[in-house]
Amino acid sequence: MPLTQLDTVAPESPDQEFQWTLNFGPQHPSTHTTLRLVLTLDGERVINAVPDIGYLHSGFEKLGEHLDFNQYVTIVDRMNYISPLANEIAWHHAVEKLLDIDLTPRCKVLRTILAELMRMHDHLLNVGTTGLDLGAFTAFLYAFQQRELIYDIVEYASGQRFHTSYTRVGGVLFDVNVDWANKVRDFIKGFRPVYNEIEKLLTRNRIFIERTKGIGVLTREDAINLGATGPIARASGVVRDLRKDEPYLAYADYDFNIICSQGGDSYSRYLVRMRELLESVKIIEQAIENIPAGPVNIDAISDIVLPAKPAVYRSIEGLIQHFEVLMPNRGYPVPHEEIYAATESPNGELGFYIVGDGTVRAYRARTRPPSYVHFAIFPHIIRGHQLSDVVAVLGSINIIAAELDR
Amino acid sequence: MIDLTQLKSRFSDNITESTFRDNHRLVVPAHTLYPVLDCLKGEYGFDTLMEVTAVDYLEYEGATDRFGVVYVLLNTTSGERLIVKTFVNLPAPQLPSAYPLWKSADWLEREVYDMFGIVFTGHPDLRRILLPAEFTAFPLRKDYPLKGIGERHNFPVITRAES
Repeated sequence: MPLTQLDTVAPESPDQEFQWTLNFGPQHPSTHTTLRLVLTLDGERVINAVPDIGYLHSGFEKLGEHLDFNQYVTIVDRMNYISPLANEIAWHHAVEKLLDIDLTPRCKVLRTILAELMRMHDHLLNVGTTGLDLGAFTAFLYAFQQRELIYDIVEYASGQRFHTSYTRVGGVLFDVNVDWANKVRDFIKGFRPVYNEIEKLLTRNRIFIERTKGIGVLTREDAINLGATGPIARASGVVRDLRKDEPYLAYADYDFNIICSQGGDSYSRYLVRMRELLESVKIIEQAIENIPAGPVNIDAISDIVLPAKPAVYRSIEGLIQHFEVLMPNRGYPVPHEEIYAATESPNGELGFYIVGDGTVRAYRARTRPPSYVHFAIFPHIIRGHQLSDVVAVLGSINIIAAELDR
Repeated sequence: MIDLTQLKSRFSDNITESTFRDNHRLVVPAHTLYPVLDCLKGEYGFDTLMEVTAVDYLEYEGATDRFGVVYVLLNTTSGERLIVKTFVNLPAPQLPSAYPLWKSADWLEREVYDMFGIVFTGHPDLRRILLPAEFTAFPLRKDYPLKGIGERHNFPVITRAES
Protein backbone atom coordinates (compact mmCIF):
# COMPACT_ATOMS: atom_id res chain seq x y z
CA MET A 1 0.00 0.00 0.00
CA PRO A 2 1.48 3.37 -0.92
CA LEU A 3 2.16 5.60 2.05
CA THR A 4 1.06 8.72 0.26
CA GLN A 5 -1.40 9.31 -2.47
CA LEU A 6 0.56 10.07 -5.58
CA ASP A 7 -1.99 12.66 -6.69
CA THR A 8 -1.03 14.90 -3.78
CA VAL A 9 2.41 15.31 -5.36
CA ALA A 10 3.21 18.75 -6.79
CA PRO A 11 2.02 19.37 -10.34
CA GLU A 12 3.00 16.52 -12.58
CA SER A 13 0.06 16.79 -14.91
CA PRO A 14 -0.63 20.15 -16.49
CA ASP A 15 -3.65 21.83 -14.95
CA GLN A 16 -3.69 24.43 -17.67
CA GLU A 17 -3.67 23.77 -21.34
CA PHE A 18 -0.53 25.70 -22.23
CA GLN A 19 1.56 23.88 -19.67
CA TRP A 20 3.21 20.62 -20.45
CA THR A 21 5.25 18.16 -18.45
CA LEU A 22 8.66 16.91 -19.39
CA ASN A 23 10.51 14.05 -17.79
CA PHE A 24 14.17 15.02 -17.64
CA GLY A 25 16.23 11.94 -16.84
CA PRO A 26 16.87 9.53 -15.19
CA GLN A 27 18.93 8.69 -18.26
CA HIS A 28 20.12 11.93 -19.76
CA PRO A 29 23.67 12.89 -20.77
CA SER A 30 23.69 16.07 -18.74
CA THR A 31 22.49 14.52 -15.49
CA HIS A 32 25.80 12.60 -15.63
CA THR A 33 24.32 9.95 -13.40
CA THR A 34 20.79 8.91 -12.63
CA LEU A 35 18.48 11.57 -11.29
CA ARG A 36 15.10 12.61 -12.57
CA LEU A 37 13.40 15.98 -12.84
CA VAL A 38 9.74 16.40 -13.59
CA LEU A 39 9.60 19.76 -15.29
CA THR A 40 6.43 21.74 -15.81
CA LEU A 41 6.97 23.97 -18.80
CA ASP A 42 5.22 26.86 -20.47
CA GLY A 43 6.66 26.64 -23.96
CA GLU A 44 10.33 26.40 -23.08
CA ARG A 45 10.10 28.24 -19.77
CA VAL A 46 10.38 26.22 -16.59
CA ILE A 47 7.45 26.83 -14.25
CA ASN A 48 8.22 24.15 -11.74
CA ALA A 49 10.76 21.41 -11.25
CA VAL A 50 10.14 18.45 -8.99
CA PRO A 51 13.26 16.36 -8.42
CA ASP A 52 12.75 12.64 -8.07
CA ILE A 53 15.78 10.98 -6.55
CA GLY A 54 16.68 7.64 -5.06
CA TYR A 55 17.67 5.72 -8.20
CA LEU A 56 21.11 5.01 -6.74
CA HIS A 57 20.03 4.47 -3.15
CA SER A 58 21.92 1.49 -1.83
CA GLY A 59 21.63 1.77 1.92
CA PHE A 60 25.12 3.02 2.72
CA GLU A 61 24.11 4.25 6.16
CA LYS A 62 22.64 0.87 7.07
CA LEU A 63 25.85 -0.78 5.93
CA GLY A 64 27.80 1.66 8.09
CA GLU A 65 26.15 0.14 11.14
CA HIS A 66 27.44 -3.32 10.22
CA LEU A 67 31.00 -2.58 9.10
CA ASP A 68 33.79 -1.41 11.37
CA PHE A 69 35.41 2.00 11.11
CA ASN A 70 38.07 0.79 8.70
CA GLN A 71 35.83 -1.38 6.56
CA TYR A 72 33.27 1.35 6.01
CA VAL A 73 35.88 3.48 4.28
CA THR A 74 35.40 1.35 1.16
CA ILE A 75 31.73 2.34 1.13
CA VAL A 76 32.40 5.98 1.86
CA ASP A 77 34.63 6.00 -1.22
CA ARG A 78 31.65 5.34 -3.39
CA MET A 79 29.59 8.28 -2.23
CA ASN A 80 31.25 11.11 -4.07
CA TYR A 81 33.23 9.02 -6.50
CA ILE A 82 34.58 12.16 -8.18
CA SER A 83 36.72 12.87 -5.13
CA PRO A 84 36.79 9.61 -3.16
CA LEU A 85 39.74 10.47 -0.96
CA ALA A 86 38.00 13.59 0.33
CA ASN A 87 35.20 11.36 1.63
CA GLU A 88 37.64 9.00 3.29
CA ILE A 89 39.40 11.88 4.98
CA ALA A 90 36.07 13.27 6.17
CA TRP A 91 34.94 9.89 7.53
CA HIS A 92 38.14 9.22 9.42
CA HIS A 93 38.25 12.82 10.60
CA ALA A 94 34.94 12.15 12.34
CA VAL A 95 36.02 8.76 13.68
CA GLU A 96 39.26 10.18 15.01
CA LYS A 97 37.40 12.98 16.68
CA LEU A 98 35.15 10.44 18.38
CA LEU A 99 38.17 8.45 19.54
CA ASP A 100 40.17 11.60 20.37
CA ILE A 101 43.12 10.62 18.20
CA ASP A 102 45.72 13.21 17.29
CA LEU A 103 47.37 12.29 14.00
CA THR A 104 51.09 12.42 13.40
CA PRO A 105 52.36 15.59 11.67
CA ARG A 106 53.36 13.59 8.60
CA CYS A 107 49.90 12.10 8.24
CA LYS A 108 48.25 15.49 8.65
CA VAL A 109 50.31 17.02 5.86
CA LEU A 110 49.89 13.98 3.64
CA ARG A 111 46.14 14.01 4.05
CA THR A 112 46.07 17.76 3.41
CA ILE A 113 47.89 17.31 0.12
CA LEU A 114 45.55 14.51 -0.90
CA ALA A 115 42.47 16.48 0.10
CA GLU A 116 43.61 19.40 -2.03
CA LEU A 117 44.41 17.12 -4.96
CA MET A 118 40.87 15.80 -4.64
CA ARG A 119 39.50 19.33 -4.59
CA MET A 120 41.31 20.01 -7.86
CA HIS A 121 40.05 16.68 -9.19
CA ASP A 122 36.45 17.56 -8.40
CA HIS A 123 36.62 21.16 -9.60
CA LEU A 124 38.34 20.13 -12.84
CA LEU A 125 35.56 17.68 -13.57
CA ASN A 126 32.93 20.22 -12.74
CA VAL A 127 34.45 22.99 -14.83
CA GLY A 128 35.06 20.58 -17.68
CA THR A 129 31.61 19.09 -17.76
CA THR A 130 29.88 22.44 -17.29
CA GLY A 131 31.67 23.47 -20.46
CA LEU A 132 30.82 20.16 -22.12
CA ASP A 133 27.12 20.51 -21.36
CA LEU A 134 27.17 23.93 -22.96
CA GLY A 135 29.04 22.71 -26.02
CA ALA A 136 32.65 23.57 -25.14
CA PHE A 137 34.32 20.24 -25.69
CA THR A 138 37.98 21.31 -25.66
CA ALA A 139 38.06 22.62 -22.09
CA PHE A 140 36.64 19.29 -20.99
CA LEU A 141 39.54 17.44 -22.62
CA TYR A 142 42.13 19.71 -20.99
CA ALA A 143 40.48 19.17 -17.60
CA PHE A 144 40.30 15.41 -17.98
CA GLN A 145 43.91 15.16 -19.04
CA GLN A 146 44.88 16.82 -15.74
CA ARG A 147 42.54 14.57 -13.79
CA GLU A 148 44.34 11.60 -15.29
CA LEU A 149 47.60 12.88 -13.80
CA ILE A 150 45.96 13.13 -10.38
CA TYR A 151 44.76 9.55 -10.78
CA ASP A 152 48.38 8.55 -11.38
CA ILE A 153 49.50 10.31 -8.21
CA VAL A 154 46.77 8.68 -6.14
CA GLU A 155 47.49 5.29 -7.69
CA TYR A 156 51.16 5.65 -6.83
CA ALA A 157 50.29 6.26 -3.18
CA SER A 158 47.49 3.76 -2.67
CA GLY A 159 47.65 1.23 -5.48
CA GLN A 160 44.21 2.19 -6.74
CA ARG A 161 43.17 4.88 -9.18
CA PHE A 162 39.57 5.34 -8.28
CA HIS A 163 38.24 3.81 -5.08
CA THR A 164 41.40 4.11 -3.10
CA SER A 165 40.31 3.11 0.46
CA TYR A 166 43.55 4.77 1.49
CA THR A 167 42.96 6.24 4.94
CA ARG A 168 42.78 4.21 8.12
CA VAL A 169 41.86 5.12 11.68
CA GLY A 170 44.97 6.89 12.93
CA GLY A 171 46.84 7.03 9.66
CA VAL A 172 46.94 5.81 6.09
CA LEU A 173 47.42 2.46 4.41
CA PHE A 174 50.91 3.04 2.97
CA ASP A 175 53.47 5.75 3.51
CA VAL A 176 54.59 7.79 0.51
CA ASN A 177 58.12 8.26 -0.75
CA VAL A 178 60.28 10.79 -2.58
CA ASP A 179 59.16 9.61 -6.00
CA TRP A 180 55.58 10.33 -5.06
CA ALA A 181 56.50 13.83 -3.94
CA ASN A 182 58.28 14.36 -7.26
CA LYS A 183 55.18 13.26 -9.12
CA VAL A 184 53.14 15.84 -7.23
CA ARG A 185 55.76 18.51 -7.95
CA ASP A 186 55.70 17.66 -11.66
CA PHE A 187 51.94 17.82 -11.73
CA ILE A 188 51.85 21.20 -9.99
CA LYS A 189 54.49 22.57 -12.34
CA GLY A 190 52.52 21.50 -15.37
CA PHE A 191 49.14 22.55 -14.05
CA ARG A 192 49.30 26.33 -14.34
CA PRO A 193 49.80 26.42 -18.14
CA VAL A 194 46.83 24.09 -18.58
CA TYR A 195 44.79 26.17 -16.16
CA ASN A 196 45.52 29.20 -18.33
CA GLU A 197 44.37 27.30 -21.40
CA ILE A 198 41.09 26.31 -19.75
CA GLU A 199 40.57 29.86 -18.58
CA LYS A 200 41.23 31.25 -22.06
CA LEU A 201 38.69 28.84 -23.48
CA LEU A 202 35.89 29.57 -21.07
CA THR A 203 36.19 32.63 -18.84
CA ARG A 204 35.77 35.24 -21.58
CA ASN A 205 34.00 32.98 -24.05
CA ARG A 206 30.93 34.89 -25.15
CA ILE A 207 28.72 31.84 -25.60
CA PHE A 208 29.74 30.48 -22.20
CA ILE A 209 29.08 33.80 -20.48
CA GLU A 210 25.69 34.24 -22.09
CA ARG A 211 24.66 30.74 -21.13
CA THR A 212 25.74 31.11 -17.49
CA LYS A 213 25.71 34.75 -16.42
CA GLY A 214 22.55 35.68 -14.56
CA ILE A 215 21.30 32.09 -14.78
CA GLY A 216 20.28 30.22 -11.66
CA VAL A 217 20.81 33.09 -9.23
CA LEU A 218 20.98 32.08 -5.57
CA THR A 219 20.86 35.10 -3.28
CA ARG A 220 22.92 35.27 -0.10
CA GLU A 221 19.83 35.01 2.15
CA ASP A 222 18.55 31.98 0.27
CA ALA A 223 21.97 30.35 0.32
CA ILE A 224 22.08 30.64 4.11
CA ASN A 225 18.47 29.61 4.65
CA LEU A 226 18.66 26.67 2.26
CA GLY A 227 21.83 25.36 3.85
CA ALA A 228 24.19 25.83 0.89
CA THR A 229 27.85 25.27 1.63
CA GLY A 230 31.12 25.14 -0.23
CA PRO A 231 31.66 26.83 -3.60
CA ILE A 232 27.93 27.34 -4.08
CA ALA A 233 27.55 29.34 -0.86
CA ARG A 234 30.79 31.23 -1.51
CA ALA A 235 29.62 32.15 -5.00
CA SER A 236 26.59 33.74 -3.33
CA GLY A 237 28.71 35.82 -0.98
CA VAL A 238 28.73 33.64 2.15
CA VAL A 239 32.27 33.98 3.46
CA ARG A 240 32.64 30.54 4.96
CA ASP A 241 35.22 27.83 4.51
CA LEU A 242 35.78 25.15 7.11
CA ARG A 243 39.46 25.06 6.25
CA LYS A 244 39.68 28.55 7.77
CA ASP A 245 36.76 28.57 10.21
CA GLU A 246 37.35 25.23 11.89
CA PRO A 247 40.89 24.33 10.80
CA TYR A 248 41.48 20.61 10.66
CA LEU A 249 44.47 18.59 9.43
CA ALA A 250 47.33 20.98 8.68
CA TYR A 251 45.32 23.80 7.07
CA ALA A 252 46.14 26.29 9.82
CA ASP A 253 49.79 26.20 8.72
CA TYR A 254 49.27 27.29 5.13
CA ASP A 255 48.67 30.56 3.41
CA PHE A 256 45.62 30.57 1.16
CA ASN A 257 42.52 32.63 0.52
CA ILE A 258 38.81 31.94 0.65
CA ILE A 259 37.43 32.62 -2.81
CA CYS A 260 34.09 34.39 -2.82
CA SER A 261 31.87 36.04 -5.36
CA GLN A 262 28.69 38.03 -5.08
CA GLY A 263 26.92 37.11 -8.29
CA GLY A 264 25.33 33.88 -7.07
CA ASP A 265 24.76 32.73 -10.64
CA SER A 266 26.21 29.83 -12.60
CA TYR A 267 29.03 31.99 -13.88
CA SER A 268 30.06 33.01 -10.34
CA ARG A 269 30.09 29.39 -9.30
CA TYR A 270 32.35 28.64 -12.26
CA LEU A 271 34.69 31.51 -11.33
CA VAL A 272 34.87 30.45 -7.67
CA ARG A 273 35.77 26.92 -8.66
CA MET A 274 38.43 28.11 -11.08
CA ARG A 275 40.11 30.33 -8.51
CA GLU A 276 39.91 27.62 -5.89
CA LEU A 277 41.98 25.46 -8.20
CA LEU A 278 44.77 28.00 -7.89
CA GLU A 279 44.39 28.19 -4.10
CA SER A 280 44.68 24.41 -3.94
CA VAL A 281 47.85 24.63 -6.00
CA LYS A 282 49.18 27.17 -3.50
CA ILE A 283 48.46 24.86 -0.57
CA ILE A 284 50.04 21.86 -2.26
CA GLU A 285 53.12 23.88 -3.21
CA GLN A 286 53.62 24.84 0.43
CA ALA A 287 52.85 21.40 1.81
CA ILE A 288 54.84 19.22 -0.58
CA GLU A 289 58.14 20.93 0.29
CA ASN A 290 57.60 20.48 4.02
CA ILE A 291 56.37 16.94 4.61
CA PRO A 292 57.58 16.15 8.14
CA ALA A 293 59.69 13.06 8.68
CA GLY A 294 58.64 10.38 11.12
CA PRO A 295 55.94 7.76 11.25
CA VAL A 296 52.78 8.21 9.23
CA ASN A 297 50.57 6.23 11.59
CA ILE A 298 49.96 6.99 15.22
CA ASP A 299 51.90 5.10 17.85
CA ALA A 300 51.84 1.42 16.85
CA ILE A 301 51.24 0.18 20.42
CA SER A 302 47.86 1.87 20.51
CA ASP A 303 45.95 -1.24 19.29
CA ILE A 304 44.15 0.87 16.72
CA VAL A 305 46.46 0.78 13.70
CA LEU A 306 47.98 -2.28 12.10
CA PRO A 307 51.69 -2.71 12.91
CA ALA A 308 54.25 -2.63 10.10
CA LYS A 309 54.69 -5.92 8.29
CA PRO A 310 58.29 -6.58 9.50
CA ALA A 311 57.06 -6.31 13.09
CA VAL A 312 54.26 -8.80 12.37
CA TYR A 313 56.59 -11.36 10.87
CA ARG A 314 59.55 -10.98 13.26
CA SER A 315 58.13 -10.25 16.70
CA ILE A 316 55.44 -11.83 18.81
CA GLU A 317 54.19 -8.42 20.00
CA GLY A 318 53.65 -7.31 16.43
CA LEU A 319 51.82 -10.54 15.59
CA ILE A 320 49.58 -10.24 18.63
CA GLN A 321 48.73 -6.65 17.79
CA HIS A 322 48.00 -7.57 14.20
CA PHE A 323 45.43 -10.11 15.35
CA GLU A 324 44.07 -7.83 18.06
CA VAL A 325 43.22 -5.30 15.36
CA LEU A 326 41.79 -7.75 12.86
CA MET A 327 39.90 -10.27 14.98
CA PRO A 328 36.16 -9.53 14.94
CA ASN A 329 35.69 -10.05 18.68
CA ARG A 330 38.60 -7.76 19.65
CA GLY A 331 38.99 -4.08 19.19
CA TYR A 332 39.72 -0.84 20.97
CA PRO A 333 37.60 1.14 23.39
CA VAL A 334 35.14 3.53 21.75
CA PRO A 335 33.26 6.04 23.92
CA HIS A 336 29.49 5.80 24.38
CA GLU A 337 29.13 9.19 22.75
CA GLU A 338 27.86 10.97 19.68
CA ILE A 339 29.78 13.34 17.51
CA TYR A 340 29.20 15.55 14.49
CA ALA A 341 32.34 16.37 12.57
CA ALA A 342 32.56 18.06 9.20
CA THR A 343 35.23 18.81 6.66
CA GLU A 344 35.26 21.10 3.66
CA SER A 345 34.89 18.63 0.83
CA PRO A 346 35.18 19.95 -2.73
CA ASN A 347 31.41 20.12 -2.93
CA GLY A 348 30.70 21.72 0.42
CA GLU A 349 30.35 20.67 4.01
CA LEU A 350 30.66 16.90 4.24
CA GLY A 351 29.71 15.95 7.78
CA PHE A 352 29.37 12.67 9.60
CA TYR A 353 27.24 12.10 12.67
CA ILE A 354 28.59 9.04 14.43
CA VAL A 355 27.11 7.34 17.47
CA GLY A 356 29.57 5.12 19.27
CA ASP A 357 28.35 2.24 21.42
CA GLY A 358 31.62 0.82 22.72
CA THR A 359 32.28 -1.46 19.75
CA VAL A 360 34.41 -0.76 16.71
CA ARG A 361 31.28 -0.45 14.60
CA ALA A 362 29.34 2.75 14.50
CA TYR A 363 25.89 2.48 16.08
CA ARG A 364 24.75 5.09 13.60
CA ALA A 365 26.83 6.50 10.76
CA ARG A 366 24.96 9.39 9.26
CA THR A 367 26.37 11.29 6.30
CA ARG A 368 25.51 14.90 5.67
CA PRO A 369 26.06 14.94 1.93
CA PRO A 370 26.47 18.35 0.31
CA SER A 371 24.89 17.20 -2.98
CA TYR A 372 21.67 16.27 -1.20
CA VAL A 373 21.21 19.70 0.31
CA HIS A 374 22.29 21.40 -2.90
CA PHE A 375 19.86 19.48 -5.07
CA ALA A 376 17.02 20.65 -2.83
CA ILE A 377 18.04 24.20 -3.83
CA PHE A 378 17.74 23.41 -7.53
CA PRO A 379 13.95 23.91 -7.94
CA HIS A 380 14.26 27.32 -6.25
CA ILE A 381 16.87 28.65 -8.65
CA ILE A 382 15.62 27.16 -11.92
CA ARG A 383 12.09 28.59 -11.96
CA GLY A 384 11.57 31.08 -14.74
CA HIS A 385 14.54 29.98 -16.82
CA GLN A 386 14.58 28.22 -20.17
CA LEU A 387 14.66 24.48 -20.59
CA SER A 388 18.23 24.64 -21.92
CA ASP A 389 19.31 26.44 -18.74
CA VAL A 390 18.40 23.37 -16.70
CA VAL A 391 21.58 21.82 -18.02
CA ALA A 392 23.71 24.86 -17.23
CA VAL A 393 22.42 25.15 -13.67
CA LEU A 394 22.51 21.43 -12.98
CA GLY A 395 26.14 21.40 -14.04
CA SER A 396 27.06 24.37 -11.90
CA ILE A 397 25.73 22.94 -8.64
CA ASN A 398 27.67 19.71 -9.22
CA ILE A 399 25.23 16.99 -8.24
CA ILE A 400 26.87 13.63 -7.71
CA ALA A 401 23.99 11.18 -7.65
CA ALA A 402 25.82 8.49 -5.70
CA GLU A 403 26.34 10.96 -2.88
CA LEU A 404 22.83 12.29 -3.31
CA ASP A 405 21.20 8.89 -2.82
CA ARG A 406 23.81 6.95 -0.87
CA MET B 1 31.32 29.03 23.47
CA ILE B 2 27.91 30.66 23.24
CA ASP B 3 26.15 31.49 26.50
CA LEU B 4 22.72 29.87 26.66
CA THR B 5 21.70 30.68 30.25
CA GLN B 6 19.00 33.07 29.06
CA LEU B 7 17.47 30.43 26.82
CA LYS B 8 17.60 27.85 29.57
CA SER B 9 15.92 30.14 32.08
CA ARG B 10 13.12 30.94 29.66
CA PHE B 11 12.32 27.32 28.83
CA SER B 12 13.05 26.36 32.42
CA ASP B 13 12.23 22.68 32.39
CA ASN B 14 14.55 19.89 31.41
CA ILE B 15 16.95 21.57 29.01
CA THR B 16 20.35 20.01 29.51
CA GLU B 17 23.55 21.33 28.06
CA SER B 18 26.70 19.31 27.48
CA THR B 19 29.92 19.30 25.51
CA PHE B 20 31.88 16.51 23.93
CA ARG B 21 35.15 17.30 22.10
CA ASP B 22 34.15 20.50 20.27
CA ASN B 23 30.46 19.67 20.00
CA HIS B 24 28.17 21.91 22.00
CA ARG B 25 24.91 20.08 22.64
CA LEU B 26 21.49 20.81 23.96
CA VAL B 27 18.84 18.23 24.81
CA VAL B 28 15.31 19.61 24.82
CA PRO B 29 11.96 17.89 25.39
CA ALA B 30 9.91 17.40 22.25
CA HIS B 31 7.12 19.80 23.23
CA THR B 32 9.48 22.78 23.54
CA LEU B 33 11.55 21.90 20.46
CA TYR B 34 9.97 24.38 18.08
CA PRO B 35 10.02 27.38 20.46
CA VAL B 36 13.65 26.63 21.30
CA LEU B 37 14.63 26.42 17.63
CA ASP B 38 12.68 29.60 16.93
CA CYS B 39 14.49 31.38 19.75
CA LEU B 40 17.88 30.07 18.63
CA LYS B 41 17.25 31.35 15.12
CA GLY B 42 15.76 34.67 16.10
CA GLU B 43 17.86 35.67 19.10
CA TYR B 44 21.08 33.70 18.85
CA GLY B 45 21.54 34.08 15.10
CA PHE B 46 21.66 30.41 14.11
CA ASP B 47 20.69 31.13 10.53
CA THR B 48 21.55 27.79 8.93
CA LEU B 49 20.16 24.35 9.60
CA MET B 50 23.02 22.13 8.51
CA GLU B 51 21.64 18.75 9.30
CA VAL B 52 18.59 16.91 10.56
CA THR B 53 19.05 13.28 11.37
CA ALA B 54 17.73 10.62 13.71
CA VAL B 55 19.12 7.75 15.73
CA ASP B 56 17.17 4.65 16.69
CA TYR B 57 18.16 3.73 20.25
CA LEU B 58 16.41 0.35 20.28
CA GLU B 59 19.56 -1.64 21.06
CA TYR B 60 21.56 1.13 22.70
CA GLU B 61 22.84 0.45 26.18
CA GLY B 62 21.06 2.51 28.83
CA ALA B 63 18.71 4.28 26.42
CA THR B 64 15.19 5.10 27.61
CA ASP B 65 13.68 6.63 24.47
CA ARG B 66 13.31 5.06 21.08
CA PHE B 67 14.35 7.80 18.65
CA GLY B 68 16.66 10.76 19.03
CA VAL B 69 16.28 13.51 16.46
CA VAL B 70 19.32 15.69 15.98
CA TYR B 71 19.47 19.21 14.55
CA VAL B 72 22.85 20.71 13.75
CA LEU B 73 22.60 24.50 13.67
CA LEU B 74 25.20 26.92 12.44
CA ASN B 75 25.65 30.65 12.88
CA THR B 76 27.30 31.77 9.65
CA THR B 77 28.41 35.08 11.16
CA SER B 78 30.26 33.77 14.19
CA GLY B 79 30.87 30.21 13.01
CA GLU B 80 29.28 28.80 16.19
CA ARG B 81 27.66 25.40 15.95
CA LEU B 82 24.98 24.00 18.22
CA ILE B 83 23.54 20.51 18.22
CA VAL B 84 19.95 20.33 19.42
CA LYS B 85 18.60 16.93 20.23
CA THR B 86 15.19 15.69 21.23
CA PHE B 87 13.56 12.32 21.83
CA VAL B 88 10.37 10.81 20.42
CA ASN B 89 8.76 7.45 20.96
CA LEU B 90 6.52 4.92 19.29
CA PRO B 91 3.70 4.35 18.46
CA ALA B 92 3.39 7.77 16.81
CA PRO B 93 6.74 9.55 16.66
CA GLN B 94 5.89 13.12 15.81
CA LEU B 95 7.68 16.47 15.85
CA PRO B 96 6.91 19.93 14.55
CA SER B 97 8.62 20.68 11.26
CA ALA B 98 11.46 23.21 11.21
CA TYR B 99 10.54 24.19 7.65
CA PRO B 100 9.00 27.56 8.62
CA LEU B 101 12.39 28.53 10.09
CA TRP B 102 14.84 27.00 7.65
CA LYS B 103 13.91 25.85 4.18
CA SER B 104 16.77 23.36 4.21
CA ALA B 105 14.65 21.29 6.59
CA ASP B 106 12.50 20.30 3.60
CA TRP B 107 14.55 17.42 2.22
CA LEU B 108 16.41 16.65 5.43
CA GLU B 109 13.16 15.98 7.28
CA ARG B 110 11.80 14.02 4.36
CA GLU B 111 14.79 11.73 4.60
CA VAL B 112 14.29 11.21 8.34
CA TYR B 113 10.65 10.38 7.65
CA ASP B 114 11.67 8.03 4.86
CA MET B 115 14.22 6.14 6.94
CA PHE B 116 12.69 6.24 10.44
CA GLY B 117 9.01 7.03 10.01
CA ILE B 118 9.12 10.11 12.20
CA VAL B 119 6.34 12.44 11.10
CA PHE B 120 7.04 16.17 10.94
CA THR B 121 3.80 18.05 11.36
CA GLY B 122 3.50 21.18 9.24
CA HIS B 123 5.93 19.95 6.63
CA PRO B 124 4.71 21.07 3.19
CA ASP B 125 5.47 17.91 1.26
CA LEU B 126 6.18 14.97 3.56
CA ARG B 127 6.55 11.88 1.39
CA ARG B 128 9.26 9.33 0.73
CA ILE B 129 12.33 10.71 -1.01
CA LEU B 130 14.98 8.03 -1.48
CA LEU B 131 12.81 4.96 -1.37
CA PRO B 132 9.92 4.25 -3.74
CA ALA B 133 6.45 5.29 -2.64
CA GLU B 134 5.34 1.63 -2.45
CA PHE B 135 7.84 0.91 0.32
CA THR B 136 6.13 0.35 3.65
CA ALA B 137 8.99 -0.25 6.10
CA PHE B 138 11.46 2.23 7.60
CA PRO B 139 14.85 0.68 6.87
CA LEU B 140 17.16 2.56 9.24
CA ARG B 141 15.20 1.41 12.27
CA LYS B 142 17.17 -1.14 14.22
CA ASP B 143 14.46 -3.78 13.97
CA TYR B 144 14.78 -3.78 10.18
CA PRO B 145 17.25 -6.44 9.04
CA LEU B 146 20.25 -5.58 6.89
CA LYS B 147 19.10 -7.88 4.11
CA GLY B 148 15.61 -6.39 4.00
CA ILE B 149 12.29 -8.16 4.33
CA GLY B 150 11.66 -8.91 0.69
CA GLU B 151 10.13 -5.67 -0.57
CA ARG B 152 11.84 -5.94 -3.90
CA HIS B 153 9.87 -9.05 -4.77
CA ASN B 154 6.60 -7.25 -4.26
CA PHE B 155 7.27 -4.19 -6.38
CA PRO B 156 4.69 -3.73 -9.13
CA VAL B 157 6.12 -4.76 -12.47
CA ILE B 158 5.12 -2.86 -15.56
CA THR B 159 5.23 -5.05 -18.62
CA ARG B 160 6.16 -3.73 -22.03
CA ALA B 161 2.58 -4.15 -23.21
CA GLU B 162 1.26 -1.91 -20.42
CA SER B 163 3.87 0.82 -20.76
